[in-house]
Amino acid sequence: MEAINTTQTTENQYLTFILDEEEFGVDILSVQELRGWENATPMPNTPDWIQGVINLRGVIVPIVCLRKRFGLEDREPCPTTVMIIVKVASGDKERVLGIVVDAVSEVYNINESDLQPAPSMDGAISIDFVKGLATIDEKMVILLDINKLVNEGVLAKTDNEKAESVSA
Amino acid sequence: MSVDLEQFKEMFYEESSENLEAMESGLLELSEGGTDLDVVNTIFRSAHSIKGGSATFGFTSVAGFTHVMEGLLDEMREGKREAEAKIIDILLESVDVLRAMLGSHQEGEEPDDERANILKSQLVAIRDGGVSSSSGSESQAQAADSSSEVSGGTCQGWNIQFSPHEDLLQTGNDPALMIRELGVLGTLSLEMDDSRLPSLDAMDPELAYLQWNMTLKSGEDGNVPNQDAIEEIFEWVEDECDLTLEAIEEKRKSPDRRADERRQNDRRQGSRRGGEAGAKKTTQAAASIRVGTERIDAMMDLVGELVITQSMLSQLGEDFDMSQMERLRDGLTQLERNSRELQESMMRMRMQPVSFAFNRFPRMVHDIGQKLGKQIRLEMVGEDTEMDKTVMEKLNDPLVHLVRNSMDHGLEPPEERIDAGKDPEGYVRLRAFHQGGSIVVEISDDGRGLSREKILGKAIEKGVVTEKDAELWSDEQVFNLLFDAGFSTAEKLSDLSGRGVGLDVVRRNIESLGGRVDVASKFGEGSSFSIRLPLTLAVLDGQLFRLAGQTFVLPLVSIIESLQIRKELVGGVGSNAEVYRLRDQYIPIIRPASILDCSDKHESLDGGLLVVVEWDNRHVGLLVDELLGQQQVVIKSLETNYQKVPAISGATILGDGKVSLIIDLAGLFELSGLMNDRAFRIAA
Repeated sequence: MEAINTTQTTENQYLTFILDEEEFGVDILSVQELRGWENATPMPNTPDWIQGVINLRGVIVPIVCLRKRFGLEDREPCPTTVMIIVKVASGDKERVLGIVVDAVSEVYNINESDLQPAPSMDGAISIDFVKGLATIDEKMVILLDINKLVNEGVLAKTDNEKAESVSA
Repeated sequence: MSVDLEQFKEMFYEESSENLEAMESGLLELSEGGTDLDVVNTIFRSAHSIKGGSATFGFTSVAGFTHVMEGLLDEMREGKREAEAKIIDILLESVDVLRAMLGSHQEGEEPDDERANILKSQLVAIRDGGVSSSSGSESQAQAADSSSEVSGGTCQGWNIQFSPHEDLLQTGNDPALMIRELGVLGTLSLEMDDSRLPSLDAMDPELAYLQWNMTLKSGEDGNVPNQDAIEEIFEWVEDECDLTLEAIEEKRKSPDRRADERRQNDRRQGSRRGGEAGAKKTTQAAASIRVGTERIDAMMDLVGELVITQSMLSQLGEDFDMSQMERLRDGLTQLERNSRELQESMMRMRMQPVSFAFNRFPRMVHDIGQKLGKQIRLEMVGEDTEMDKTVMEKLNDPLVHLVRNSMDHGLEPPEERIDAGKDPEGYVRLRAFHQGGSIVVEISDDGRGLSREKILGKAIEKGVVTEKDAELWSDEQVFNLLFDAGFSTAEKLSDLSGRGVGLDVVRRNIESLGGRVDVASKFGEGSSFSIRLPLTLAVLDGQLFRLAGQTFVLPLVSIIESLQIRKELVGGVGSNAEVYRLRDQYIPIIRPASILDCSDKHESLDGGLLVVVEWDNRHVGLLVDELLGQQQVVIKSLETNYQKVPAISGATILGDGKVSLIIDLAGLFELSGLMNDRAFRIAA
């Protein structure tokens, strides 16, 4: 059965994680690794959802607190808190960032054709970062467009500021 | 089997750019007089290898163009032609064109051949104007000449006279093959000329005696074979034969004026385009670095040693007991030495002689000197001084700016110099040397120098300084005003003191590299700008300090002293600004903790630690919680994965694996609002 499914339509694997009792998913190909939570070195004059930077085997990697980024209530890290290290294309290079989530959940095979467009939501999660909704075992999984999230939701903000400071 | 040429292309581009540089510097040497045969030979060889390479990769236009250049150079080589200034200039322009053409090939674009064709015909015109020329180059001249006429579209075919030199066969070339290839291009009729054939007893079977007169007309497909294709066939034997290529034309059109006009326009556009292509190229070159093999070998050795140390240590760890403590300690010492050597050797790989940055100046000085009508001699000292590649790349623009300034505003025109009792020829000197842990690049000239009075006059007028204070200022302080943004951009200084606009940009660029720029000058005798830079941007001597529980790094070079605050020396200016009396001067105190939002606590200053730093000619005290050790830190960019963070120039990883941020003083002062505060600058 499984084999037939994969040959028929484009199927992607998603890694899902829990954030404030909702299940979110990101394309597994953009995930570099998972790391247990650790204290990051805070960076001054950055948005509060930038938790800081960590040393990932000699590479300085910024850490984004997804709870804060999505405007959810902040929570103390617990044993399941995980940093998902993602690699995304940004401009002409690849950037590595960490996102802090409550816990990782599953890996699902999801057909592109099974994706539902996200309805316009009033919540804090900007609709732009949502690629679509999928239903798995009667549960809803929100699939995030991680490239867009990083490029527009994390980096772009400060780029604007930079442009302003240059003109000023 | 087809060979994939793609992999060699990069190598060809790199070699070509070296060859072009060699040609350029050779030509400049020639322009200074004398026809040194060695130099001409070098230029010729460079041109020849570009031609060969480009023909291999199918860049026919490049090959064709270099071919014509080569012809001219060949005559110079054989002493048939003097290296006149006019020829040199055209050849220099040709180098630019070639660079642009190769540049567009590298970008994967088709180069614009028009400018090349114009220059080509100019080169041909020079050659035709020559008194004597060998039959070989004459035929080349004709060939190229006809090409410009052919572009009119009246060509019906070609008359080809092909007379191999006697030794053609010895290089492995076979005329029969070439003729067969010609036959493929179109309908070929030929006539053999055996007049050179000796009688049988005098004949050497290894020599070529036969000659051919051929007519090549359009083939079955009706297309007239093009000249490049024909020349390509004879590409490899052109030095071993006399070849005449003549277009058969129905009506001969004289080149009309319109074409001339178009040429002029094209040339103008062309040079602009050439410039752009050149700029593009330099940015691209940043991606790769050429390292001498001996450096790689040395590194290999070090890595080998490191592996040995590692295996020794791991063996030791297998069954360790206290009796082996001594060996463990030895092993660790060795490991430390290995890793330090490895780091040093890695650093050396990034080092390049500063001549890479200097190389462009002979050409620039030559061109600008001509344009300004000044006689300028460029002197370069210490070109072998090595510096970090990344530093050098960023040094380029400030250097160009300063050299341009020296030529434009510093040096006087010849008449003025004679009046002042100086040699009509002025000099611009570029000098590089190491001093301590820094590299110093000096740009000096023997021009008119800076005028203290005029600069001060300007400063007083702009309210930077009062007339009374002005007298107390040292020359150095006065001259440094030139680097002040508000000062130099407000009004062009060129008509006032001899220094132009934009020096503030120069200073900002250099300071962003962690360096500084100073000026010294003597009115009427010249001026000298010196740029002081750290040897490398990858490693920094840092002072670690703690702020609200977090460790930061401060560049050691900017620290003047550290002291414990005595309450009675603290003064308040307004509500927030605090100053500290340090001996005879007042310095502003800033609290990095609140700027770097570590803590909002407004701690009492009494007994606190103040680190006095110097930046941009002023002293400022930073309030810190605790001073930790000093150490070399490896700088890592935050922009790799994130972006620029205000007041932070980078990050580093400390011994415990934690990330620590490196303070960018310029940014810190900017955030503190000190930047705009001129009062402190003057107080300092």
